[in-house]
Amino acid sequence: MKKALPIGHRNLASRRHFLGTAGAATLALAPPLRALADSMVTLPLPGGPDERQITTAFPEKGALILQRTRPPLLETPLDVFDQSVFTPNDRFFVRWHWSLIPTEIDVTKFRLAVRGHVNQSLSLSLDDLMALPRVELVAVNQCSGNSRGYFQPRVTGGQWSHGAMGNARWTGVRLKDVLDRAGVKAGALQVRFNGLDEPVLPDAPDFMKSLDIDHARDGEVMLAYAMNGKQLPLLNGFPLRLIVPGWYSTYWVKMLNDIEVLDQPDTNFWTTTAYRIPDTPRANVRPGQTEFKSVPINRMPPRSFITNIKEGDTLQAGAPTLARGIAFGGDAGVSRVDFSSDGGKAWQQAELGKDEGKYSFRQWQIRFAPLPKGSQRLMVRCTSSSGETQPEAPNWNPSGFMRDVIEQTSVAVG
Amino acid sequence: MLRRTLPAVLVAFCAVAGANADDKLLLKSVNIDLPNGDRMFEGPGSDAANNNCLACHSAGMVLNQPALSKAQWRTEVEKMRTAYKAPMDPKDVDAIVDYLAGMKIAR
Repeated sequence: MKKALPIGHRNLASRRHFLGTAGAATLALAPPLRALADSMVTLPLPGGPDERQITTAFPEKGALILQRTRPPLLETPLDVFDQSVFTPNDRFFVRWHWSLIPTEIDVTKFRLAVRGHVNQSLSLSLDDLMALPRVELVAVNQCSGNSRGYFQPRVTGGQWSHGAMGNARWTGVRLKDVLDRAGVKAGALQVRFNGLDEPVLPDAPDFMKSLDIDHARDGEVMLAYAMNGKQLPLLNGFPLRLIVPGWYSTYWVKMLNDIEVLDQPDTNFWTTTAYRIPDTPRANVRPGQTEFKSVPINRMPPRSFITNIKEGDTLQAGAPTLARGIAFGGDAGVSRVDFSSDGGKAWQQAELGKDEGKYSFRQWQIRFAPLPKGSQRLMVRCTSSSGETQPEAPNWNPSGFMRDVIEQTSVAVG
Repeated sequence: MLRRTLPAVLVAFCAVAGANADDKLLLKSVNIDLPNGDRMFEGPGSDAANNNCLACHSAGMVLNQPALSKAQWRTEVEKMRTAYKAPMDPKDVDAIVDYLAGMKIAR
């Protein structure tokens, strides 16, 4: 396989020089550092395969579910979300499209380019960025395909359970402030973001995403150089990551080093072909349907999860029992969370934990007495501050995007 | 473990205050190595898959997919060839599809 890896392709060396990173993405040559398989976990996905390894083989990362080694797809185990509404950096999920990921970043040489339809192109060092007004925001970062493994009929792609998401306090600067320094010219339509990762194959599409100019300048979209008070792990986008609160992770470009203001609509592959959803409510089409008008994926709907009770657990009938978990409103705050211990027949409003901001996970909890004996389905339902409530019926689309159905945890009451 | 039964004391929310970024936050250069993935496609007919698929991604991605029909596997392989520019010999496409459709994966 080494022969098939055109490591010296294109102008990789010159581009790296330009970018000031000495990073050699010699993934194919790097030996496994530690045993990949520390233990196994069952997710469980309908129809399987549902066995995954728990890996600790990735630098700066703790125990994560191994979905793919190269380029890395690493999932956060659900019990991590039971510990805190803040997902620790070393347990935060990881998702890369291409395997040429610089593995060495020199913070003194890194530069962010701001160019295109602007009055003055910029080349900003990390010191330059850190000298700009500092902002903080707590926000959920969720993969477009989170929970894809539960789509039925099943669809291809990363076979995630619910752990392709995380919540962190992001520290950095407003994108608006950076764009203002460059001076956006009249007629700007979109802003396109590119990171240091590159495709292995020379003709393959480099990963880029874009936002409309008004969205980019809304004062909330930011460039983060820290998560949870520390620099980002390399696999989460060190040294700089775009934060697009309330929108799916595909827009949160990692290792961001290039911002291009466009006066024409972005036509790159990752906008026009990939990450498209049906232009229907909840991106929902008839299972199996592949023809539909599509739009780029965008905002997130509300979701919620039980984190302290696992599928298949046994609960004591009639005993005071705690259910606890997390919810988020998507592009709005959490208004209320309701819980059902009888498969959705009766609902009770849960108590909400501290509000860390509208884009954050919010913890919820409730005490209940499991009855009657037998198999029961626990359910949790989030309503956002914009009045959107999770639905009872699952959505379906061929890419497995945007799952938002009320989730269920099957337990035995005895 | 705070699971199932609630003790007499109400379990407090275990919110951990996210550490505010230190004003003196310093970024440090990073130099790491990433694991490469040592799984291979195995068994008769696996050569075409090993030779054509592993340049861009490790084998686990494929082995974790749900049960797919031969037509669905062909769609995936063609997507790799056309959208993601995998330089496959067209005659290898059939061999890869045959292999993938015949894979026995524990489910």
